[in-house]
Amino acid sequence: MPMAFIELANPSRFLDWSGRLLPFLWVATGVALGIGLYLSFFVAPPDYQQGETVRIMYIHVPSAWLAMFGYALMASAALGTLVWRHPLADVAARSMAPIGAAFTFLALVTGSLWGKPMWGTYWVWDARLTSVLVLFLMYLGLIALWRAVDDPGRAARLVAVLILVGAVNLPIIKFSVDWWNTLHQPASVLRIGGPTIDASMLWPLLIMAVAMMLFFLALTTMAMRNEILRRRLRTLQLTAAATAG
Amino acid sequence: MDFGDHGGFIIAAYVVSAIVLAGLTGWIVLDGRALRRRLAELEARGIRRRSAKAETPP
Amino acid sequence: MIGALAAITGQTARLSFRSGGGAFVGLVFFLAVVTIVPFGLGPDLNLLSRIGPAVLWIGALLAALLGIDRLFHEDHEDGSLDLLLLSGLPLELVVLARALGHWLATGLPLVIAAPLFGLLLGIPPLALAAVTLTLLAGTPALTLIGAIGAALMTALGRGGLLVAILVLPFTIPVLIFGVSAAAATIIGPAPFMPPFLILCAFTLVSAVVAPIAGAAALRASLA
Repeated sequence: MPMAFIELANPSRFLDWSGRLLPFLWVATGVALGIGLYLSFFVAPPDYQQGETVRIMYIHVPSAWLAMFGYALMASAALGTLVWRHPLADVAARSMAPIGAAFTFLALVTGSLWGKPMWGTYWVWDARLTSVLVLFLMYLGLIALWRAVDDPGRAARLVAVLILVGAVNLPIIKFSVDWWNTLHQPASVLRIGGPTIDASMLWPLLIMAVAMMLFFLALTTMAMRNEILRRRLRTLQLTAAATAG
Repeated sequence: MDFGDHGGFIIAAYVVSAIVLAGLTGWIVLDGRALRRRLAELEARGIRRRSAKAETPP
Repeated sequence: MIGALAAITGQTARLSFRSGGGAFVGLVFFLAVVTIVPFGLGPDLNLLSRIGPAVLWIGALLAALLGIDRLFHEDHEDGSLDLLLLSGLPLELVVLARALGHWLATGLPLVIAAPLFGLLLGIPPLALAAVTLTLLAGTPALTLIGAIGAALMTALGRGGLLVAILVLPFTIPVLIFGVSAAAATIIGPAPFMPPFLILCAFTLVSAVVAPIAGAAALRASLA
């Protein structure tokens, strides 16, 4: 596995390999999404308390999982930048940030739309919602810092430090419903003792989660390819400007 | 199918998700196309990467 | 080595007190925030005294982040950062010394002024003591967290506002527990010690994390 990271450190090789992988990723995403949506709407039963609105769960929970998963991947990439100086680590982190931010936004919005019929309010400042909002702000802050520094190499290291400092938010989000009295419900899937959610709802949820994850990976791969091309473009433009003078 | 009393919220949630994800995909795709176009323009002007130059015969 | 660090701390504090340094600006900004709130909310002292601790804390937070972006900027500009790196002093301790100097000049005045400004908001005496104590325990954490942002922005000429936005999420827990402890004496039979101790813990943890992260950011800026 480590050898794979080293071999892919060459951007050209990564472009080549990712170009071949991408169609499969998209097909897999489409298939999983199709199955997931079908199960979510036509097979999964309505909740005995919430009725049909429970179907929002099948898009809200995977978005929230990916919001955190995206940041966790960025934190790993940040280690890759600072500790191992992997050339593509920053490319990966920078590509993932807008995508992770989008999923965090979706988690907040779908959660809000679920909260109104379920709790009676679009928003509440409890620990879970607040910490996810903070995660969204952190994504935006990281994107802003990347854009503020011109030199990609220096930007990579600076942002990597900030990503790692911000990683403290992830356990807070995960355990916020256990540590504090929150309006948001406690964990029912990823918990010690196994899921408390019924299988008829668990399977659509897991398949939607897989579909979203594949979507995330497909978008990230495309974005990484763009980022590599962007850096080549920048180098060429600098060369052109230098030789034109 | 019957979406229940709060059907609007369910539809809104899925529609917003579809719009955001489609928008994100579209942005990445268009960004990629713009980058490739500008790289092609530079290449047409003769500005190449060093490794690309090495492939052309002396 | 202690001598060198003490010198850095003292120099930072002295520079902050000078006219361009931001110590007094922070204090004036703090007063401005405290004064504006009654204009916005109306002079009902009952209401003001209930939210008073929160207003003081928010004012202190904003004032603490106000001038922090320049913490390492002059060092970077005139090359003394490179000298500090070469001097053999651990960069982490340099960051800590700078943050401490900055707090002495900007944070400590806020703590001293808080009971006076709290009178403007009609806060009862016991709560005044509580607010002051929480600010004393919590403003170092705010300065240290701000120092991380300042270190990140060192290499950039611009970006004071960006620093504040970047570090704001990390200051929120400090704010929450600070207000929670300070308001405990006013709002209901809430305990003071648990949130206060967590606040102290934040300061201690940030005293460790901020120097490490700040030094890493400074090295990244120089490389």
